[in-house]
Amino acid sequence: MKSDSKLLAADSSRENWIPLLDTAAREVFELMLGCQLTISPKVDESNLGFTAMVGLAGQLCGVLSVRCDAKGASLMASKMLGVALDKVGQDVPDALGEVCNMIAGNFKNKIAGLAEGCMLSPPTVITGSDYSLHSMANSPAVEIRMLFEDMPLIISLQIHS
Amino acid sequence: MAIRALIVDDSSVMRKIVERSLHQAGINLGAVFQAGNGAEALGVLKDSPVDLILCDINMPVMDGLEFIKQLPGIANAKGVPVVMITTEGSESHVVQALSCGARGYIRKPFTPEQVKEHVIPLLAGKS
Repeated sequence: MKSDSKLLAADSSRENWIPLLDTAAREVFELMLGCQLTISPKVDESNLGFTAMVGLAGQLCGVLSVRCDAKGASLMASKMLGVALDKVGQDVPDALGEVCNMIAGNFKNKIAGLAEGCMLSPPTVITGSDYSLHSMANSPAVEIRMLFEDMPLIISLQIHS
Repeated sequence: MAIRALIVDDSSVMRKIVERSLHQAGINLGAVFQAGNGAEALGVLKDSPVDLILCDINMPVMDGLEFIKQLPGIANAKGVPVVMITTEGSESHVVQALSCGARGYIRKPFTPEQVKEHVIPLLAGKS
C-alpha cells in the first residue's frame, strides 16, 4: 500500500493536474449552474475585473484563482441562484467566491491523499483589474482558459512546492 | 406539515441555493432559518425549534463539526436530522461527521436531486 505522500507524489505531475482541474471546474459549472464550459486558449483577458482566490495549505500549498469579467460574474450568480441578472446585486462576489471554493475542493478531492491532507481558506474576491498578485508560489501556474457562455474564464493554480 | 429548516453556511449565496434545492425537492417548507456559522446556529436553536438542519463544515467562529457536537445539549435540536453539505470530501470527514451525529453527507458541487435523495428519507412522516 502506498502512503498518502507517495500517492500524492504519483499524482503530482502538472500534466495530470490540468485535466483534473478542468474536470473539477466543468463539474461545478454543470451541477451548480447548469452550464457547459468550453476550452478556449485565446481568451481575451483585458477586462477580467473579478478575481476569486482560495488558498490551499498542507500537503499542497498554493492559491487557486478564478478570473472573469463583470458580466460573467453576474451571470454565474444569476444561474446559481436561479434569478434574473438584474436581481443578483450584492451576491455576485459571494457567488464567484463559492465557485472558486467548489473548484478548489473538487480538485483536491480528485487527488489521492489530498482530500484529507490539504485545507482550503475561505474565498477572497477582488474587484478591479489594476493589481499585481505576488504569490509565494515558486513554480509556474497550472492554468486553463475557458469560455463560460462565450465569456472569458481563467482558472489558475499556483503551487508552492 | 410544513418543515422548519435551519441552513448553516458562511456563504449567503450557498444558503439561498440550499433553500432553493429544498423547494425543488418538493419539500413543504415552513420557516427557514439561516446562520453564518455554528455559533449563530446555536443562537437560532435556543429560540426556534426546527425539523431539519443542513450544515457546512468549514466556517469561521464555529465550524460545522463543532456545531453538531453541541446539538445533544440543545432542546430544540433533539432528534433533528442533520445533513452536512460541504466541499470537504475525505472519508475521514464523512466518518467524523456521521460519528458526531450527522445523518447525511452531501459534497459540493451538488444537484437538487442529491439534496432530495438525502433529505426526503429523513423527513418520513413529516413532510
